[in-house]
Amino acid sequence: MARHVVATVGEIPPGGKKVVNPAGREICVYNVNGEHYALINRCPHEGAALSYGHVLGCFESKRPGEYQLTRKGEMLRCPWHGWEFDIKTGQSWCHPESVKARTYKVEVVPGELLAKGPFVAETVQVKIDGEYVVVEV
Amino acid sequence: MSTTVQEPAVQTSDEAILGFVDCDVHPYTKTPADLDAFLPERWRKLRHSIGNRSRSSFVGAPNYPRMSPGVGMRMDSWPKDGGHPGSDLAMMREQLLDAFAVSYGMMMPLLGRGGDERNVEFGAALCSAANDWEAQVWCDNEPRLKAAIQITTEYTEAAIKEIEKRAGDRRFTHVMIPPRGLEPLGRRRYWPILEACAANGFPIALHLGGTSGHPSTGGGWPSFYHEEHPSYPQSKEALVTSLVTEGVFEHLPNLRVALVEGGFAWLPSLSWRLDKHYQRLREEVPHLKMLPSEYIRRNIWVTTQPIEEPEHPEDLITTCEWIGWDRIMFSTDYPHWDQDDPRYAFKVKVPEKEKRMLYRENALSFYNLEA
Ligand code: FES
Repeated sequence: MARHVVATVGEIPPGGKKVVNPAGREICVYNVNGEHYALINRCPHEGAALSYGHVLGCFESKRPGEYQLTRKGEMLRCPWHGWEFDIKTGQSWCHPESVKARTYKVEVVPGELLAKGPFVAETVQVKIDGEYVVVEV
Repeated sequence: MSTTVQEPAVQTSDEAILGFVDCDVHPYTKTPADLDAFLPERWRKLRHSIGNRSRSSFVGAPNYPRMSPGVGMRMDSWPKDGGHPGSDLAMMREQLLDAFAVSYGMMMPLLGRGGDERNVEFGAALCSAANDWEAQVWCDNEPRLKAAIQITTEYTEAAIKEIEKRAGDRRFTHVMIPPRGLEPLGRRRYWPILEACAANGFPIALHLGGTSGHPSTGGGWPSFYHEEHPSYPQSKEALVTSLVTEGVFEHLPNLRVALVEGGFAWLPSLSWRLDKHYQRLREEVPHLKMLPSEYIRRNIWVTTQPIEEPEHPEDLITTCEWIGWDRIMFSTDYPHWDQDDPRYAFKVKVPEKEKRMLYRENALSFYNLEA
């Protein structure tokens, strides 16, 4: 396990995403309402790159004829067969127990702490006064 | 709002999958005008003044709900220059043909809509134009892609002429007939066309697409796409039943038929049911000399997509054994949203020998392709 600096804070706007490649692993970092989350960029169903999928809310219904749109911006829909995943946990909507997109731990770390190491930053230049998105892989 | 998006890289070391034959690939025009170049002037003018008139009640939209946005395409298949998915050969190579070292891609174009056209002369011209377009725009630039002969089954003479015109041209490997016709395909009035397919050595690919104006399900028009999608097997069941009971395979024992984009797990139960009724209703169809299931086993092939995903994945292996491994061919349906990935479509280990048959060998012999 190593900590990889993958983006500066502010680089990924709320609702946005960035595909990164720490340790040769393709990961997509999402900004959901100001919080960062990271999911493997591969759908557990048939392997589509999840980063092409739409970020949406969740449609729920108590009975036919009634529906609600909840959890705006927290769900991800696979670009192929449309399986939906909770960006925060990677859990699939239809099979929360058995199907999960792999998640990675993400933190926001100030540059001055990063200066003490250890961390890996191939693509992001770290400055003491910046804030950084760090993924643990 | 995405910042960086990289192309997914395909890595597979599975030799049985690399080099597979894809039995369902959809090429598209960049713009509808691309077909104009292949239409005689009379029809080009009509296309612009009157336009297509299909047997469905709406112009430019299906009678049943479809997925939107994205018009039912894989979200990652939209070319960056704004064209339609499946219209860019470089992208098709990158996502499919080169990614898996595909040996052959059997094209099933869904454009021109000649088969649905009510003005049958115009329909025949549209089919012929779309066939030239396939051969010149696709096959000549990418010989791994094999062209379908599109025909309109409502204009017998033109259909036969088109089939005969393409016979001997190795770019064309199959005749494509939409399964939702005005009448079930086994009816006598379609026999001359089926005879021409057999006489010229062309197998038939029954690929789902469009409507004939009849409701797409046996129970009427669906309200949801979720309801429409499972009607694909229904239309295939009706066609297989029609071809068998009308005696087509007794009349044309060498006719080979592939069911494309209807899944396959339903075929054994249909065979059981037809055999069961044969015991009781044989008198009505004395022209059948074998059990219905025996005609099916001899003359029908299935393609896999949209693959069934049973709760216990190993049940799919049993289903394939019931159908016969030599009758099942892998298909992706690229670039549609419900396409299957050859690496992950089967959620269960397919034995090696059967895997080679399913991904490659069956299709090579069905479509008369060089290994
Ligand atoms: S690959 Fe994601 S839903 Fe099928």
